[in-house]
Amino acid sequence: MGKIAVKVDDLTVAYNYKPVIWDIDLKIPEGVLMAIVGPNGAGKSTLIKAILGILKPIAGSVTIFDKPYKSQRKHVAYVPQKESVDWDFPTTALDVVMMGTYGSLGWIKRPGIKEKKSALEALEKVGMLSFKNRQISQLSGGQQQRIFLARALVQDASIYFMDEPFQGVDATTEVAIVNILKELRKAGKTVVVVHHDLQTVPEYFDWVTFLNVKKIATGPVKDIFNDDNLTKTYGINYKVSIQK
Amino acid sequence: MEIIEYIKLVFSDYTLRTITFGTAILGAVTGMLGSFAVLRKQSLLGDAISHAALPGIALAFLITGTKDSNVLLIGALISGLIGTFWIRGITSKTHLKSDTALGLILSVFFGFGILLLTFIQKLPNADQAGLDKYLFGQAATLMESDVWLMTLVTGLCLIVLLLFWKEFKILLFDKDYALTLGFNTKLIDILITSFIVLAIVLGLQTVGVVLMSAMLLAPAAAARQWTNSLGMMVFLAAILGASAGFFGTAISATQSNLSTGPVIVLVASVFVLFSFVLSPKRGLLFKQIRLIKNRNDLELQKTLAFMYHIVEDHEDISHPHAIRILNNFQGYSRKGLKKLVDKHYVELDGEMWSLTPKGFEVASNLYNQNQKND
Repeated sequence: MGKIAVKVDDLTVAYNYKPVIWDIDLKIPEGVLMAIVGPNGAGKSTLIKAILGILKPIAGSVTIFDKPYKSQRKHVAYVPQKESVDWDFPTTALDVVMMGTYGSLGWIKRPGIKEKKSALEALEKVGMLSFKNRQISQLSGGQQQRIFLARALVQDASIYFMDEPFQGVDATTEVAIVNILKELRKAGKTVVVVHHDLQTVPEYFDWVTFLNVKKIATGPVKDIFNDDNLTKTYGINYKVSIQK
Repeated sequence: MEIIEYIKLVFSDYTLRTITFGTAILGAVTGMLGSFAVLRKQSLLGDAISHAALPGIALAFLITGTKDSNVLLIGALISGLIGTFWIRGITSKTHLKSDTALGLILSVFFGFGILLLTFIQKLPNADQAGLDKYLFGQAATLMESDVWLMTLVTGLCLIVLLLFWKEFKILLFDKDYALTLGFNTKLIDILITSFIVLAIVLGLQTVGVVLMSAMLLAPAAAARQWTNSLGMMVFLAAILGASAGFFGTAISATQSNLSTGPVIVLVASVFVLFSFVLSPKRGLLFKQIRLIKNRNDLELQKTLAFMYHIVEDHEDISHPHAIRILNNFQGYSRKGLKKLVDKHYVELDGEMWSLTPKGFEVASNLYNQNQKND
């Protein structure tokens, strides 16, 4: 693993007075599938949002492939938390996925046949092609999550940030997402996922970051995913033996 | 007055034509922009903006001493914009929620505006009469130049909407995501909010400070009921807004002593009521009908399944059974039984029923399906 895809230096974010994340240094190597784990309020979503420039950090810097994030947006795709939008918005599944092409189109230019084609391909990848004309409010939670995933896939980025994609999805969707993650890794992409289910970390991911306001540890799952780090992160004595 | 006669009059009578076109164009532009306000859950923003415009009108009069509507509207525009950006500032810089910020700005600006109006009324020299028309609106004072201004703004608004359609859409649906794609969401936000302020200010003379927000919300809320496409919603809201303007003016012009602004708002409210009840997909009426139909269908299916259970032990599926054995079964009713007969699933003979081969087949499929689900 040679190149560093994402490099975070001294990143600190605070709402009001209390820091939500404190002095985070993080190097994410290219091509890894990384889980970010930590208790509620540990700043997992905040870290991603700060890296993506959605939240303004108090201090710190982010580089993507050794260049400032702002000049590298094209290489980065984002899957927000499903609950962050109003799904009663008057639009269709295909239309939402098309939004993934807006970035490369830039201002004013409208999506055309080429953009529609890649949106349809992405819908097929997440198994949602037959729902393309469905009003988004009529999709199940898992289907909505897959639509968000397809929207990120359309961006055809090198690095993917996903905020709790497994949150409240059914088994079908979980399998679909895992397959997409594997395909992304096969294609050499870097994927960073905010994750809650500790049991599935060794199965789904090869790299892990423990976060609780500060960074506790980061590295390959096989080296650092142990009771010691879990205890340090979650504060309680972690004696769950998780199979590796 | 007959409607045809009225339409003829609209085209021949200068004043009536001016007012009709003015209110219709106003309705169209507020309907369009209102769609965005409603979808951003900023329905009350319009109310705050229109109230915040009042002190601007009064101050513009005090400073210039003129009652020229364009001058007063510039004052309204400035104070409306100040109010809007204060609301933004309050919500982003403090812990206050947006509804609190809206309420705060609304009442502070409106209170200040009313204070200024009463002050102006007590001035010895000023011919102050007429400023209070901005409170409740007075369409009759619309002049051709006002209508031209409205048309200009509407045209400009259309061009901007068409150019930045994709940017507006993604901002409305998912602002954070739009930001990660590299769009300057603040700029899009300011663009759309400025147009909303502009449209509201243009309507103050016609509909007034107090009722103006209804012009923004009612057509959009009604339009949302009929469509699941953003483009169609904006288009419909414009049409409904224009119709509210047209018919509202017609009603108030043909009846004496009905002021135009409130009538327009009432017409728009009728559209909303009509849409909430009668729209096929989201309307209350059809929702209720679908619900009842579903329940009835399920009851029928359950009754049929029950009959199937009785029948399946017999060799002859059409062996008659007494109706009274069904009485113990919940969901059974005489009416339901008659429906099953109408569908040729069941035959009746006096107090006896029997399943037809068709009914047996349907029932057995139901039963298999239920088993699969278990």
